[in-house]
Amino acid sequence: MLNYDIVIVGGGPAGLAAAVSAKENGVDSILVLERDQELGGILNQCIHNGFGLHTFKEELTGPEYAARYIEQLEEAKIEYKLNTMVIDITEDKTVTAMNRADGLFEIQAKAIILAMGCRERSRGALNIPGYRPAGIYSAGTAQRLVNMEGCLPGREVVILGSGDIGLIMARRMTLEGAKVQVVAELLPYSGGLKRNIVQCLDDFGIPLKLSHTVVDIEGKERVSGVTIAKVDQNRKPIPGTDKHYTCDTLLLSCGLIPENELSTSLGVEISPVTAGPLVNESLETNVEGVFACGNVLHVHDLVDFVSQEAKAAGKHAAAYVRGGARHLLFDGEDIPIVAEGGVRYTVPKTIHPQRMEENHTVRFRVGDVYQNCYVSVYLNQERVIHRKRQVIVPGEMEEVVLKQEELKTFPNLSQITVKIE
Amino acid sequence: METRELTCIGCPMGCQLKVQIDQGQATEIAGNTCKRGEVYAKKEVTNPTRIVTSTVAVEGGSSAVVSVKTNRDIPKDKIFEIIQEIKEIKVQAPVHIGDTIVSNVAGTGADIVATKEVK
Repeated sequence: MLNYDIVIVGGGPAGLAAAVSAKENGVDSILVLERDQELGGILNQCIHNGFGLHTFKEELTGPEYAARYIEQLEEAKIEYKLNTMVIDITEDKTVTAMNRADGLFEIQAKAIILAMGCRERSRGALNIPGYRPAGIYSAGTAQRLVNMEGCLPGREVVILGSGDIGLIMARRMTLEGAKVQVVAELLPYSGGLKRNIVQCLDDFGIPLKLSHTVVDIEGKERVSGVTIAKVDQNRKPIPGTDKHYTCDTLLLSCGLIPENELSTSLGVEISPVTAGPLVNESLETNVEGVFACGNVLHVHDLVDFVSQEAKAAGKHAAAYVRGGARHLLFDGEDIPIVAEGGVRYTVPKTIHPQRMEENHTVRFRVGDVYQNCYVSVYLNQERVIHRKRQVIVPGEMEEVVLKQEELKTFPNLSQITVKIE
Repeated sequence: METRELTCIGCPMGCQLKVQIDQGQATEIAGNTCKRGEVYAKKEVTNPTRIVTSTVAVEGGSSAVVSVKTNRDIPKDKIFEIIQEIKEIKVQAPVHIGDTIVSNVAGTGADIVATKEVK
C-alpha cells in the first residue's frame, strides 16, 4: 500500500490548482490521479480563448491555461499518475486505483480532494424519439474529435441545446467547413454565456431557436435529418410547428452533470440540485477529510472560478492534514445558508463564522432570468446585502461576499438566506 | 446620432453595452464594468476584430493536430481567409507553446502561434 498525505482524484483544472495550493500550504506528500494520458482535463480540448482573465490577467486558450498550472505542478515536484482510474474510495480514505503499469493498487491517504469534473447529459437521458443512427454526438465529444484528434465528425449539423460547448462547437464546425443549420434550445433563454452567442452564432449568422426541441431523428445507418418543433410553456412540442432539417450530424449540448459515483459510494452526501457534494465553507464534505472542488462540486462557467475554489480546497485539505486548530473548532455551530426566491443553491451550504475567510465568497445560480432585481442576503431576519442587478441569468454563476466580522458579531445567528428580490 | 446595444466579449461576463454613435465614431459608452468594455465597444462599431483559434496538422507527433491562435486580434472579415491559409499547413513535431507557425497570416500582421505542446 502506498501512503500519501493528500490524494487528489482528477488532474484537470480543479485537481491541478488544489495540488499546487496544498503544496504551498505546507504539505509535501501529494499524489494526483488522472485517468487521461495527460494532465489538464477538459482544458486540452477547449482551444478557444477567454480563459484566465481573473487568474492571470490575460486571455489564454484552454491548453495554455492548463500549461500554466502543469508547470507549477512540475516546479513544485508534485507527484502524479496518468492513465490511472480510481475505482473506489473508502471512508477511512483508502483509494483503490488501477493502471497498466501498476495494475490494481491501494493508496492510504490522510485527506482526499475530489476533483473528477463532470460529464455531458447523453441522448439516452434526454428521451429524444427517433432512430439511433450514427452521427449523434455530445458537443464535447465532437470538440475532442475536432480539436485533439483532427477529425470532423460531420458536414451538415444541427445542435440541440445552447450550452457553452454547443455554441463553441457551432463556430468550430463552421470554421472547419461544416454547415451548422440551427441551434435549438428547449428553454426560452440560452444556457450559454452571452459572449458565446455573440461570437459563435451571431458572427456566423447561425440562428438560435429558443423554446424549440428535436422531436424526431431520421436515418437508419447515419443521421439523415432531424425535425425541430416549438414548445409551449410546459416544454411540450406544439403540433404544426414542425420543421425538418436535412443533416448528417446532431450535436447535443444539454447540460453537464457532476461525476460523483466515487463520492456516493464513499458516503458523501449529494445535493439534489447541483448533483455535487454538500460542502461547508472549507469545501469539506460530510465525510471528514474529504474535500471537493471544481465541476464535481457544481458546474462552473469560468475556469478561473474553478481554480479559485480548488485553491481553497487545497488549503483546507492541507490544514486538515497538518491537524491545525481549524477542525477543533467544530462545535455544531455551522450556519446553514438557505437558497430562496429564485436562488437554486449556494456553495457552500453551511458556513462557520470562526472558520470562514475574512471575506468569504458564496457562489450560486438562479433558476430563471431576472431583470431589474436585487440580490439580497439576510442574517436571520436582517437584510445585510441588497445589491441592484440589471439582469441575472441561469447560465451565469453569481456570487455574494459574506464578511466574517459581521457574522461573528451577529447575535444568535441561526440562518443565512440568499435570495432574489 | 444612433444608439447600438452590444454584448461585450472582452471576457465571459458579457456586459451589456449601450454605445452612442456619431458619424461612425463611438461618442458615449455605458454599461461596461471595466476598461475592456470601452475598448471593445469602440472597436466593434468601427473595426470589429476577433482572436482566431483553430488547429494545424502535425506530422510525427504525439497528437495529429496542435491548437493555435492568432497572437493578436484580427479584422472579423479575415477569419475565413486565415482558416483557409492554415488548413494548407503541416508542421513537424515537436511543437512548443508560443512557437510561431505562420507569420503575418493572411496579410493581417498577426502571427499564428501554437497554444499546446506536442512531443
